[in-house]
Order: sequence, then C-alpha cells, then structure tokens
Amino acid sequence: MAASSATMFDLSLLALDAPGWGGVLLKGFVASLELAVGGYCLGLLLGIGGACGKLYGGPILRDLMEVYTTLIRAVPELVLILLLYYAGTDAVNQLLALFGVGPVDINGLVAGIFVIGVVQGAYSTEVLRGAIKAVPPGQIEAARAYGMSPMLVMRRVTLPAMLPYAIPGLSNLWLIATKDTALLAVVGFSELTLVTRQAAGSTKAYMMFYMAAGVLYLALTLVSNVAIGIIERRSRRGMARPV
Amino acid sequence: MTDTAEALHVSNLHKRFGALEVLKGVSLTAKQGDVIAIIGGSGSGKSTFLRCINLLELPSAGEITIHGETITMKSDGHGGLMPSNRKQVQRIRTQLGMVFQSFNLWQHMTVLQNVIEVPVHVLGMPRDKAVEIGEALLRRVGLYEKRDVYPSFMSGGQQQRAAIARALAIQPLVMLFDEPTSALDPELVGEVLTVIGDLAKEKRTMILVTHEMKFARDVSSHVVFLHNGVIEEQGPPAQLFGDPKSERLKKFISSIH
Repeated sequence: MAASSATMFDLSLLALDAPGWGGVLLKGFVASLELAVGGYCLGLLLGIGGACGKLYGGPILRDLMEVYTTLIRAVPELVLILLLYYAGTDAVNQLLALFGVGPVDINGLVAGIFVIGVVQGAYSTEVLRGAIKAVPPGQIEAARAYGMSPMLVMRRVTLPAMLPYAIPGLSNLWLIATKDTALLAVVGFSELTLVTRQAAGSTKAYMMFYMAAGVLYLALTLVSNVAIGIIERRSRRGMARPV
Repeated sequence: MTDTAEALHVSNLHKRFGALEVLKGVSLTAKQGDVIAIIGGSGSGKSTFLRCINLLELPSAGEITIHGETITMKSDGHGGLMPSNRKQVQRIRTQLGMVFQSFNLWQHMTVLQNVIEVPVHVLGMPRDKAVEIGEALLRRVGLYEKRDVYPSFMSGGQQQRAAIARALAIQPLVMLFDEPTSALDPELVGEVLTVIGDLAKEKRTMILVTHEMKFARDVSSHVVFLHNGVIEEQGPPAQLFGDPKSERLKKFISSIH
C-alpha cells in the first residue's frame, strides 16, 4: 500500500527531461494552447462574418448562415470533430487529386484549428449577432449620417460599440475552446489530454498525471479570467451604468 | 446649373411608409446664411423631411440638391427611390452636419474622439490638425475641460453641445437640427439654444426642426409650417407668428402658447 502511494505521487516523474514526463506534458499543453487560440480566432472571424450575414445579408445568405449555426449547434462536438477531422482531410485530398496532386499529410494542428474554429464560429455567430443588435441604433445612424461607408461603420462604430455586450458570451466561448481541445485526443492529436493519458498509462501514476493536467487547465482558466477582466473593463469604459 | 448661392434645394419631396404618405410634395430652398425653422405638430412629417435631406430616410419621389449638386437617384423597383451612386451620397453627407434629438454620440469614444472621428477617418484630415480644430470647437461650446470624458458621464445638455461640435468639425455647408432640445430636461434647454443661436448669428446655413417657438421666432430668417405632409404656410417669422393666415397655423400657435 505504502509502495503504491509512493509511485502515485513520485514527483520525479514530472521532471522535464526523460525519464520524467514533465516536458511531454508541457509540450502537450502548448499544443492545446495553439489549438485553442487558433480555433478561437478562426471562430471569431467566422462569427463576425456569420453575424453580419444573418443581420445584413440577403435571404439566401441568411438561410445559409441559419443552416450553419443550426447544424453545428445540433450535432455533438465529438461527432463533428470526428466528421470534420477525417472527412475534412479526406475531402482535401480528393480535391487535390482532381488537380493531379498526390495525397498530402495534413498537419494535425491545422486540421484541429479548423475543426474547433468551425464549431466556435457557429456559437460566436449567435453571440455577436445578439451583441450587434444591442447597439443603440442611433450610434449607427449617426455614423451613416456623417458619410461613413458600411465597412467603416462596422469597423469604427458597430464592432467597438457591441463589445461590452459580446464579451461575457465571448469569454465563455474562449473557456470552452480551451477545453474543447481535449476532444482532439480522440483523433490522436498530441494535446494535453492525450499526452497525459500516455504518461499515466506508462507509469501507472494516474492520479498524479491527471491532477497535473487539471492544474494546467485550471491555471489557463485563471490567467484567462484576469485577461478577460482587463478587456471587459476597457471595453466598458464609456458606459456609465452596467449593461 | 443651379445657383450655388443656394446651399440647399429640395423639390417636390414625397415619402411613403407603406400606404401612409408622410410627405406629399414638399419643396424648400435655403440660400447661404438662411436659418430655416420647420415647425408643426407631431406627425406633420417635419422630422421625416429633415431625415430625407441626408437620405437617412429614402424619399419616394423628389429631388435634393446640395450646393448645386443634385443627388442622383433611381427607382428601387418598389415605387420608391434609391441612390444610384453610394459614393456621392457618402460625400454629400460629409457636407451636412446633423444634430439628433437623442445626441447619438458614439459612446465608446471620448468627447474629443467623437469630434475628430469624421474629420480623421472619413475626410482624411491629419490627426493633429483635427485635434487642434476639435479642441477649438469644444472650447467654443464650453466643453474643453470635458474633452477626455465619455458622453454617458455627461448631462444631456453637455452631450448635445458636444454633438454640435461634432457636426461643426466637418465644416458643413448646411447644419441639420432634428429637434435638438426635445430630449433635454427643461433646465438644460437654454445652454443648447444659446449655442445654436450663436451659430445662427454668424450666418451659418441651418435647417432647424423644433418645438421651441420663441426660439424659432428669434433666430430664424424663415419659418415653414408643415401640416399633414404639406407646407401649410411659410414666411418670415414676424409674419408667420404675428399674422398667421391659415386656420391650422393659428390653432397650432395658440395651442403652443
């Protein structure tokens, strides 16, 4: 019993260099971060496009956006990840074959960012659509009345003015993105959860490694919360009252 | 070509909202330096008329000419009009300084940022020059000390004065005021009217939709009484308020006093 608890918390297993697994874990953590940041940013871009499409687009574009957000939000993320990851890379290779280019090995990180981005995009479309609608119409009207082009209105007035309304929803999405990266473990991408499982499996120190991974996820969330707080205060500096 | 001493010429403007015809052929000419007050009851179409001038509302028919340049319009296919050249509309809008009833200052910018926004980002003026002009305008409307304050931390009267500075910053050919004091508490109306009155004295071309009859009488060079979408009566303020001809205007003036 004493021996097993000693292996359970043998901290030398967390050493950065082999035979310790610390370096592997940190590499996995960095990979998770890259996935989260990349996927989140792609999701934001898709979300801005989706929200504008839904609010200002013609009937066909609006319907397309509706199909996108409904489908993505209806299907479990795990299924989407399996589908987009395998079917997506397959589709790219088939497309390349049409142009006579042989199959390529698609970078796991790029595919992962794409998958998380597409999922996040559907949710941020809705967050941003709601936030844009919350901007007092007079703000946008004044911008138009002073000769701003639609793009300039968007960039100088609509987007900054909607931020206070969007940030609570967008921060949620960021925290979800950091944890959605763990789903990429099922397709064999070496992010934090997958390397933790490998480390735990080969050393049998399950408790320690999963707790170590948990601490890394928690640290990411805590740091994120501080950053979100700063961004939120900054975006609301023009507001006399809480939203 | 139209006489360029004409700052603004609107001819035969119609505006329909569905089956409701709000403007039934309104024409108006403002020469440079004219201060035209548009009065009328609620639902008379006076605000709609003002908003048609810079195409915040698209007229159903009619023609708008600013400083000799007519806004080119085409049919929208539903019995109305739409601008055929969006760039032209954007350019003409930068010559019309609009002041709104509810100020519509950009809440995420400080007062000074509001004032220099259009000069810098639409007119392409160098920032330091825009700041110099903006600060001078804020000094003029008595808000220099508030230049780094966000609008929602100011009173309505201060916000409206800031909005007037924003309109002046584009050096407009015509100022458009859409009931500039209607959203203000009574004790704040005076400070805004003083600023507008000063602008009238220096012969700025202004179209002023207002409920302040005494003010309209004092500052305007010409008064237009709008009723049910048509000009019921117009003329110099002394004549319109002192000797109204139409029954409706008589009733309107007596109902105000």
